Amino acid sequence: MDLTLAPEEQAFRDELRSWLEANNPGREPEGDEAAFAFRRDWQRTLNEAGWAGISWPQEYGGRGATLVEQAIFNEEIVRARAPQLANVLGLAMGGPTVIAHGTEDQKERYLQPILSAEEIWCQGFSEPESGSDLASVKTRAERDGDDWLVSGQKVWTTFAHEAKWCMLVARTDRDAPKHKGLTYFLMDMDQDAVQVRPLRQITGESEFNELFMEDARIPNENIVGGEGNGWAVAITTLMHERATLAFGLQVAVKIALGELMERARETPSNGGSAAEDPLIRDRLAQLYIESEVLRLNAYRGLTAQMKYGVPGPEGSLGKWHWAEVNQALTELAMDIAGPRAQLEEEPWTYRFLRARANSIEGGTTEILKNIIAERVLGLPRLRLSA
Amino acid sequence: MNFDFNDEQRAIKDAARDLLASRYPLAEVRRLATEEERGFTDGQWDEFVSLGWPGLVVDETHGGQGLGIVELVIVQEELGYALAPTPLFSSAAAGLVLQAGGSDEQKERWLAPLAAGELRGTLAMLRDDGPAQADGDTLTGAWAAVPDAGSADVLILNDGERHWAVAADADGVTVESTPGIDPTRKLFRVSVDGAAADPLPGDQEIMRPAHDAAATAIAAESVGVAQRAMEMAVEYAKDRKQFDTPIGAFQAVSHRCAEMLLETEGARSATYHAAWALDHEPASGALATSMAKAYASDAGFRVPAASIQVHGGIGFTWEHDLHWFFKRGTANAHAFGDARWHRARVADLAGI
Repeated sequence: MDLTLAPEEQAFRDELRSWLEANNPGREPEGDEAAFAFRRDWQRTLNEAGWAGISWPQEYGGRGATLVEQAIFNEEIVRARAPQLANVLGLAMGGPTVIAHGTEDQKERYLQPILSAEEIWCQGFSEPESGSDLASVKTRAERDGDDWLVSGQKVWTTFAHEAKWCMLVARTDRDAPKHKGLTYFLMDMDQDAVQVRPLRQITGESEFNELFMEDARIPNENIVGGEGNGWAVAITTLMHERATLAFGLQVAVKIALGELMERARETPSNGGSAAEDPLIRDRLAQLYIESEVLRLNAYRGLTAQMKYGVPGPEGSLGKWHWAEVNQALTELAMDIAGPRAQLEEEPWTYRFLRARANSIEGGTTEILKNIIAERVLGLPRLRLSA
Repeated sequence: MNFDFNDEQRAIKDAARDLLASRYPLAEVRRLATEEERGFTDGQWDEFVSLGWPGLVVDETHGGQGLGIVELVIVQEELGYALAPTPLFSSAAAGLVLQAGGSDEQKERWLAPLAAGELRGTLAMLRDDGPAQADGDTLTGAWAAVPDAGSADVLILNDGERHWAVAADADGVTVESTPGIDPTRKLFRVSVDGAAADPLPGDQEIMRPAHDAAATAIAAESVGVAQRAMEMAVEYAKDRKQFDTPIGAFQAVSHRCAEMLLETEGARSATYHAAWALDHEPASGALATSMAKAYASDAGFRVPAASIQVHGGIGFTWEHDLHWFFKRGTANAHAFGDARWHRARVADLAGI
């Protein structure tokens, strides 16, 4: 057991830290479009310096680094408070899925523009009637010569208005059992048959979109992993979503907790500060411990993944645990703010509202508990009628 | 970065798991808890001595194995998993304190025989009836909930500032059995009335890493307790049928089991980290210990409590073995600093 970084990992981190210090462009500009252009420039800069696709194989333009180095990158970029990368879904999900299931031609075609942020990716999985039950998707694709024609509706599609490619799961065989009749397509967003409408969320912003498709055309060569194999390919995408994001998320929690500790020290309460209030202090300490447990579980999972090839059980807990911790943190922030928590100007109000999505986006907590119960603990599956 | 045991450590873990499984079937745990006054037999102690377990973390110059807190934690987790009633922990805690802040003479007199298993010790942390009074070479005072004092040869008494080594058979020493919530670890009240007491030179700061190591060892035991209680819940949920369905298929039950895994794995990660920090990164040892003990204190009784709920009525019966795990987890949660105490320490050390 060695919880320090190996010399080469240390060197990787030091090199990245000094590069970030010299190149971090700082705060994003106001306005959605300006902010997105800024993120796109930032990713281009990273890619040109060899910092995009850290754990992708070198032959596809990645750095060929280890998973630990990928984790270090995800931690450091958040720690430096650098802007987000524009193509986060392409990097974390689309690229790894193409690498795992794509043909050589597809790897040649799609991977490089993901790294350079030239082509942004979005994810067309959820539908109004298919949330946790992903395999029930109704969006259908019909064969039309060398192409497929796709009609249906997708929802919660981040970056749809900026995206060139959509990872789309559609039903290609209505007679097959529901998990078998699905196919994974890469759909060109740049066509009239695809309409994007922003979806306003409880924070008042629109991070997400609805997607309407009416005979959208997809060439047959844009299928990933073969016709009828969409469920297995989609699972690859989802696993990558949950595994790789954990490291950045736990650092984000630590930064937020640091800000909250400072706020607690500055907020008067009962003749002292909120940080001295024993009830607040106990909750802050618990969150401090939970944020550390998030980090330690993530590293234990990573060690297991590198050693045995598959993530250990603790790895699958990360996304669920993170959602709980982040929600508890924002709830405590509202309690520390006291009566001022009612005001929209209170900076934690936004985070408090946004955190409600944490236990829904990227797999609801209930679905994650099902996965853990069935696949890690081996409990019997609930047999649903219908 | 390698958050896993090396081959030697894994071998210790596997050997401990196998040995304890064969020596401590739950019927034997129950027999020791309810019928053996000391809670263990000479034969059981002698076998641990032959394995060198009493001297696991004692340095080699005093006849120990000179291993680290990581190895101690590995054995402690397995002792918790087996729920083995044994004075090993108490004796190790006394040894840790003697090693950290005892004089050369005290180490010769007490530590070496503790490492060899010729003597047993214990560490008393909870004063009873007001402050201890030292007068020359004698001591007067009382301590409560002292583990395994009835079978110890040397009592290390701590009043929050100093430690004394007192021979259990010295004049003026009274050791009375006090029933505890957890009969798998026997508790005693120790009172000394003008008894010969040998003060240890190490001050509280010198002793701090020894106290932290003891707290981390208890946390590790609770990780083992939680793991076993979770496994019992999962097995039961697969077998037990209601409404013609294994209850583990119901999400009210299966999600509770998933929550047990989250708590158990979190406590395990925090505890391994604390052990590693105490061995390799002493500056962060105190913070790491308090994080681990706070988390494992909660998990150590919550997971068995949830397991009782999954078992339903049978889980509340004396005949079922689950209550021993619940009781050990609960007692551990309150020994060597409870969760609230350790969270307060985390707040101080983390600059909250």
